[in-house]
Amino acid sequence: MYEFKYHRPGTVRQAANLLVKNEDAKLIAGGHTLVPVMKQRLASPPHLVDLSHIEGLDTIEMKGRSLVIGATAKHADVANSAVVGEAIPALAELAGQIGDPAVRHRGTIGGSLANNDPTADYPAAVLALGATIVTNKRRLKAEEFFQGLFSTALEADEIITKVMFPLPKKAAYVKFRNQASRYALVGVFVAKRPSDVRVAVTGAGSNGVFRVTSFEEALKKRFSHKVLDGMTVPAEGLNSDLHGSAEYRAHLIGVLARRAVEAATAKD
Amino acid sequence: MAKISMIVNGNPVNANVDPRTLLVQFLRENLRLTGTHVGCDTSQCGACVVHLDGKAVKSCTTLAVMADGHEVKTIEGLAADGAPLHPMQEAFREHHGLQCGFCTPGMIMTAVDLVHRKGHDLSDEVIREELEGNLCRCTGYQNIVASIAAGAKAMAKSDLA
Repeated sequence: MYEFKYHRPGTVRQAANLLVKNEDAKLIAGGHTLVPVMKQRLASPPHLVDLSHIEGLDTIEMKGRSLVIGATAKHADVANSAVVGEAIPALAELAGQIGDPAVRHRGTIGGSLANNDPTADYPAAVLALGATIVTNKRRLKAEEFFQGLFSTALEADEIITKVMFPLPKKAAYVKFRNQASRYALVGVFVAKRPSDVRVAVTGAGSNGVFRVTSFEEALKKRFSHKVLDGMTVPAEGLNSDLHGSAEYRAHLIGVLARRAVEAATAKD
Repeated sequence: MAKISMIVNGNPVNANVDPRTLLVQFLRENLRLTGTHVGCDTSQCGACVVHLDGKAVKSCTTLAVMADGHEVKTIEGLAADGAPLHPMQEAFREHHGLQCGFCTPGMIMTAVDLVHRKGHDLSDEVIREELEGNLCRCTGYQNIVASIAAGAKAMAKSDLA
């Protein structure tokens, strides 16, 4: 790991000022993506701004009709939260499947979203549920937030403060994990929302998380796994690597989407 | 350099460290607590698991500066020197939950955290699922799972947390 200067602001405003003042500064919260890439010298930020000591940034609560999760809420907090379990159980289940128990004690929702790893779990939930990402500057809709591989709409001095999830009528996440890394080889989040249905896929797209509109339209007419029988996703534009070919991932999307709808409807 | 202070195994510790020092490096090299191991160094194998504020974390993926002001417990902190072993350590000895022993400190710290979270009556299925982040290259896990199940039960009757 290369040298860096460490900063520990007490407020989001101080953190934002540190980002403005120090070019190429990076935010750190749980550090479970950033520390490994710094160790590999794939990243060498000259300044680290630690968000983990900012009070109140990890609050989980219901506000009106939305579930609001603070940026530094850890995966274990979300997985075990009674509030999340009551409001969107599929989201608690998703958080409980990230990494392993020790990783879930450190990794944060804000960190996962800001990194936008194409195989991360949270982006699928945020896109399918139509969540709003709140920063120190503005509110971003999920579909404008994710901008491809490891890239987001966040500006250099912008900090995610919380994520607001509208409550779905039904939802489920099904993940086919890479056994070694525990990242999603393919993960499908299905959400039946008051006005529409959304199907978001992580792990498969060569450009990061994406929606399957053909599945969404079919499910909007009738929310049953049977309507997806025989429907497929083209392999074009999907990842192909030593873990699985694009064709295999395309096949998995169909299988996992059917299982997710089945799981969402079984919860009635 | 950054000034840090934390409680390690019940004792206050102060130090001046380079901010890039990993928690595991700080424990092993500054404090000479070499029971915590570095296995893969990529947050996968769990040989470096310690408790940070009572929760299992991978100390190879945590900066020492991030533990500033917090409480750390390592394998050395489970039972006092010369005193009887912690029930989870004793269970690993009794059920031969190890061969080379390299992964053992991490296994035991993960197991104790598991008992704190999920109680004393653990099924094999739960134990295996919870061991996802701890790799053992010798045993095939059978005796580790048996050790943790027995250790969890023994912890219910012990004063050691």
